Parts: sequence; C-alpha cells; structure tokens
Amino acid sequence: MKRLTLMALAAGLLMSTAVSAQTLRIGLQEDPDVLDPHRARTFVGRIVFTSLCDKLVDITPDLKFVPELATEWQWADDGKTLTFKLRPGVKFHDGEPFNAAAVKANIDRARTLQDSLRKSELTSVESVEAVDELTVALKLSRPDAPLLSQLSDRAGMMMSPKALAAADFAQKPVCSGPFKFVERVQNDRIVLERFKEHWNAKEYNFDRVVFTPIPDTTVRLANLQSGDLDILERLAPSDIAAVKGDAKLTFAPVTGIGYQGLTINTNNGDRAKSPLGSDKRVRQAFELSIDRDVINEVVGQGIFIPAGQPFPLASIYTNEKYAPRKRNVEKAKQLLKEAGVDRVKFEIAFGNSTTTQQINEIIQAMAAEAGFDISLRPTEFAALQKEAQGGNFDVNQIGWSGRVDPDGNIHQFVTCKGGLNDGRYCNPEVDRLLNEARITNDETKRKQLYDSAQAILQDELPIIYVYYQTWPFAHTKKVQGFKAYPDGMIRLKGVKLAS
Amino acid sequence: MLRYIGRRLLIAIPTLLIVSVLVFALQQLLPGDPVLTMAGEERDPAVLEFLREKYRLNDPVPIQYVVWLGEVLRGNLGISLRTDIPVLELVLSKLPVTIELAILAMIVALLIGIPAGIISAVKKGTTVDYAANVVALSGLSIPNFWLGIMLIMLVSVRWQLLPASGYVPPTEDLWLNIKTMIMPAIVLGTGLAGSLMRHTRSAMLGVLRSDYIRTAKAKGLLSRAVILKHALRNALIPIVTLSTLLFGELLAGAVLTEQIFTIPGFGKLVVDAVFNRDYAVVQGVVLCTAVGFIAMNLLADVLYVLVNPRLRHAA
Repeated sequence: MKRLTLMALAAGLLMSTAVSAQTLRIGLQEDPDVLDPHRARTFVGRIVFTSLCDKLVDITPDLKFVPELATEWQWADDGKTLTFKLRPGVKFHDGEPFNAAAVKANIDRARTLQDSLRKSELTSVESVEAVDELTVALKLSRPDAPLLSQLSDRAGMMMSPKALAAADFAQKPVCSGPFKFVERVQNDRIVLERFKEHWNAKEYNFDRVVFTPIPDTTVRLANLQSGDLDILERLAPSDIAAVKGDAKLTFAPVTGIGYQGLTINTNNGDRAKSPLGSDKRVRQAFELSIDRDVINEVVGQGIFIPAGQPFPLASIYTNEKYAPRKRNVEKAKQLLKEAGVDRVKFEIAFGNSTTTQQINEIIQAMAAEAGFDISLRPTEFAALQKEAQGGNFDVNQIGWSGRVDPDGNIHQFVTCKGGLNDGRYCNPEVDRLLNEARITNDETKRKQLYDSAQAILQDELPIIYVYYQTWPFAHTKKVQGFKAYPDGMIRLKGVKLAS
Repeated sequence: MLRYIGRRLLIAIPTLLIVSVLVFALQQLLPGDPVLTMAGEERDPAVLEFLREKYRLNDPVPIQYVVWLGEVLRGNLGISLRTDIPVLELVLSKLPVTIELAILAMIVALLIGIPAGIISAVKKGTTVDYAANVVALSGLSIPNFWLGIMLIMLVSVRWQLLPASGYVPPTEDLWLNIKTMIMPAIVLGTGLAGSLMRHTRSAMLGVLRSDYIRTAKAKGLLSRAVILKHALRNALIPIVTLSTLLFGELLAGAVLTEQIFTIPGFGKLVVDAVFNRDYAVVQGVVLCTAVGFIAMNLLADVLYVLVNPRLRHAA
C-alpha cells in the first residue's frame, strides 16, 4: 500500500506540469519564416498572423467577405476606387491608434518595400488616400476584382506604422490582432498573449497562445494524444483512423481552396517536345487513365476529394461541367491511337514524401494500363522548384495552397507570362479571357469569362487537377467552438478550453 | 603543456579555413535556388532580383567567400535568410541546448557503457558477458528514430509520465527541463553506450592479460582494487579518446533525435537551414561545429596526457 501511494505521488509530481487552462497550444508542421506579413511566404506563418494581425476584411467559411478592421467598403462605378470605412477605437499592440493614415502607411509599404512579396498582389493600386480619420480610398489604375481577397490576407494585415520603422520589426511584430507578440525561439515556439485592448477582446478566451513547430506527423499526433498540444494542423492521412478511434480527440477536416495537380511541360525547353507535351490527345489520354477516387480512398483515406478544375468546391466559379472525368482506359487507348503513338514514356517529378510517393506510384500503375511508361523522380522540394522553373521536367506533381479569389488559382499558372506557369503553356485567347476576368467585378460576367477559359483549358490540359487539398485538423475534446476554415487558418474567435 | 596547447591552436587555424572553403564550395553544388526557395509560392521577378543583390548571390563564389570571411573575422556570421535572425544569435541560443543534451546523453552512455564493459571483461565468456554484449549491440543497432517514437508512444501517450517533445530552458523551469530531456538523452545515450561498452571491454581484456596485473593478483590484492585501480586506469586511455570524439559528434547535432523530440538544437537548425537553402546559417553552424570538434580533439589529447603519465614528458 505504501509503495502504491509513493508511486501515485511520483506520477502526480511528473504530471503536475499541466499548463493552466488559459493557454492554447497549437502544433504546426514547420517553423514559420519572417514574422512580417509583407515579406512572409509560409502557410504556417499565415496561421500565426491570423491571431497576431487583424486584416481589413476577413472571410466566412463559404468564402464571403466580412468586416474586420474595415466595417464597410464600396467600389466606385468605374471599378477604379475602393473606399473603406474603418472601425473606430482600434489600437495597435503598442497603443498607437489605427486610422486611415495607418492603412495608407501599410499599403504603401506593401507595394513599395523592395523585398515585399505583396507587391504583385497590389499592382493595380496607384495611390492610397486618407479621406478622413476613418475613411481610406484606394485609387486603382484599372478595375481589380481580386483586390478585396488580397486585402483579406497578408496584404491587408495592419501593422503599427511606428513599429514598422524599426529595423528588426520581423523579430518583434506589432499589429492589432487579438493576441500580441511575446517571444519567438526559432524552431521551438512562438508565444502570443491576449491583447486586452483588442476591439473584440471579449470573444477571445485565451491568455496565451503557443505555436510549436513539430515537423514529424507521428510525433505531432503523439503530442496531441499525450495532452502536450490542444490543436494540430495537417494530420497525416494514415493517422486519421487513430484520431477517430481516440475518445479524447476530434478530427476536424475541411476541404480547402487549394489543389494538387500534375503540371505538364508543354512549352518550356526541349523536354516539352515530347508526345505528352506537344499533343493534347496524349494528355487527355493520360488524364483518362487516372482514377481519382482510388487515390482518395487508398492514399487519402477519404480526404483527397477528387478535383477536375482549379476552383474550390465552395466557389461560385466552379463549373459542374468540369467535374473530374471518370477513368476510361479504352478511350485513353483510342486517343493514343489517334495521336499515332503506341506507348508514351515520361517522368513525373514530385516533392519527396510518403504521401506523394504513394500517389504517384498509383498514377504510374493506372497509367501503365493505358499505355504510359512512367518513371518517378522524388525530389527534394527546393531542387524541384528550381528544375520546374528551368523546364527540366516532363510532369510535375505539385500543389497550390489556394486563394479565395478565383484569379489566384488560375491566372499565374496558365497565362503566357504567369509567374508560376512552369510548363509555359501559352494561349492568347486564354490570356485575354483571364485578364478580362481580372478587371470584371460583375460576378455573372466574370463567371462566363472563367467558363470560356476553362472550355479551352479542359481541352488542352496544361494542368491535370487531381484532388482538392483538405486541411485535416485534429484537436482534443477539451477544445470547444473550433471551426476549420477552407483557407486552412486557425481562427480563435469563440474557441475555448473546457476545464 | 601550455606551449603544446598553443601549438595545437595554431594548427587549428588552417583546418578551420579549409573547412569553411569546403562548406562554401559544397553549398554551390546543392541543387535549388535560395532566393526561389525563400520566395515560396510568390515569385515576383523584381523581388527575386532584389534579394539576389541583397545577399550578394550574383557575385562570383570566391568574392562571396571573401566577403563572408571578412565579416566572420569581424565577428559577424550574417543573418538567416529565412527568419532575419542573426546567425550568431541562433548559434548561441542553440548551443546550450545541444551541449546540455550532449552532456546528458554522455552521462547515460558512460553510466551504462563503462560498468557493462568492465563487468563483461572480468566475467569474460560467462552468461553475464553475453548478456551485456546483447544489450550493447541492441543499443547500437536500434535506430534512434524508432526508439524515440516508441518511447514517446509508451511513456508520453500511454503512461502520460513525460512530455512527448519540446524543450524548456533550465533557467525557466529546471524540473520541466529535465523531464523533457530524459527521453532524448536515453535514446542518444543508449546508442553510444554500445560502442563505449565494446571499447571498454576490449581495452580491459588487453590490460587484464598483462604481467603487472598478474603480479598484483599474485601479491594478493583485492580483486576490486586490481580491476578498478590497476586495470581500469590503464584501459581508460582509448575510452577517453572515444568519449571525447563521441561527445564532439553529439555537439554536431543529433539530427534525428532532435527532430523527433522537437529539441531546438544544432542538428535541427542545420537540417532546416539546408532544406531552406539558408546558406548563412549552414555556414555559421558548420564553422561553429568545426571549432567544437577541434576543441574536443584538443581536450582529448590533454586528457590523455593527464591520464597517462608516460605522455607527460613527450608533451
């Protein structure tokens, strides 16, 4: 009995480290990069910013825009002025007031700072005018339909103009979000604490939020199971069953706005001069050889929702006509015959991971039945990017995290000069349609333009879309009120920990 | 002795220069483009060009090297391309973590390896010897990542006794710090204990066969005194060398173990830096690691002299 008591005591001591209920611990897949929204690039960085920095506008789970720092906004009739009314009484974490001058300082910085990665998102902005204390007008060189969605992300995050002057801003970011920056230990944690003067402070329930990067998915899950984490992002598909079977955990997936696809080298250097790169019938045959449902069931455990187009299911720009094509080996063989080829050889390159390896092995096996001899080349990601840009690939299996506005999921991938158009596909008619969609604010007209562009792209297939990226979150049952958003961000409004 | 150390330190300078040239040259062979990696999904050509200029990536490699070396000599290791944090700050913040892990792992290794080595040498050919050998070999052959994950599953998930991963500085919470370090130290330590045990065993066996041990035994000395005082002292020399070299290796970063237990040490720093093509960090870390290795080698030689009186005159 004595021994038992001692053991219980020891166990109690060991477990007494349970952090107070006021702290929320979030497991991230990697360590974020610079904590400066204008220069940052990582997905995990955006997750941290979501708690740290308020934006002009936010989105709803069905991708509609809602007020955040701006309470209302209006487009001028010619589509060349976007006017925001700002929320009164908002303060930055350093006590500076948020007003039209602050918005101007932020947007001007985002579009002029030399290493700003937001510049390309704000090309239409010619000037920013502080009309009065709480009204700001963005003057544009042309109508810009995606602009509002840019301002619902990093380009619209507001930092304290006073703090921006500091050279080490990225190490001590000052914004106006519900949580303020406390410390960062690279590769270990980013700690935020409650900002008591936040305009909506009563909706937020945590004193502290700690982000911990844990790259290994198994270990990330183990931390959740052991109670060292409360929420984790990007659960591995192979672990879904374990989470569902654990009475203490909740699986909270949401279909995202991004996709995974196969980019085909149609026009980038010598490797484009292949049957696959030069003949759309060969590409159509390749697509018909793939059964997306199999990939979803076998590798994705049901979270790799088959995709046939770049726009997310939640988007009004998605066209039912282009639902994923069903596998049809006979028709694929027929198309190859028409193209005058018997067997087609090419290579698929992909960023190396267990999941991508499995996906591409399945594609390899399925396509073989239709007449494709595919070799696989798992590549480390930085090398893959470089080779993609240089045209040293036949097919790249690569993903896109997705943007709220349809333009972000299509324009730069298939227009002749698109920055992410690795295959250098080029069709002037597609360019014309997509450029016009960019400057068309009317939803119906815009949808027609995208439909027309898709009609061409679905026939020529410079990119074969495979599945929609699901954001598989998992959290403990103690976490209440968590809602996963399609952009994969973690919004803590209304979220609390049950005691 | 001091002159000896001074001479060794002078020799270290060309070694460090060669190491830094090698690292610089090897980095150029890495596929990929640091700026492209840094820009991620966004690829504004003007921004890419600006970053190339900013980090002097357009300059010829020898010029980049000279500029870098000049900065290093002035105590500036550059800043991380990915996070903007100065490399020196990164190195200094990771170093105590890695040193702590290395020391704890070494303690585990020594506590297991040396006694096991002595016992199996003394009881050579018995069941005890075989059992010790099996334990040592399993320590050597079980992969760190597997043992790490198994420990996490059992100790943290099933029994909920220790935190699954992470790191807390001892200055912040000593008890929690120890708790987070126990499992990684065991994983690393058991891996090293195997080789320590094997070396201790063979060194002891060699010594135990020598004439003076037989004489000591014949004199009727207690066998414990013979083993610990006469035999072990002489068998220690190769063990000291091995231990310091193993320790040097630990300082270079226990990459897998740090990755699994999410310990923000050197190994994790350098692996992430390589994947992100964060050249400044890779260079800085390799340079510091090389310094560490040279220091450990020097320490090994000094300890040698201290343990072995015969070498004192030579030094």
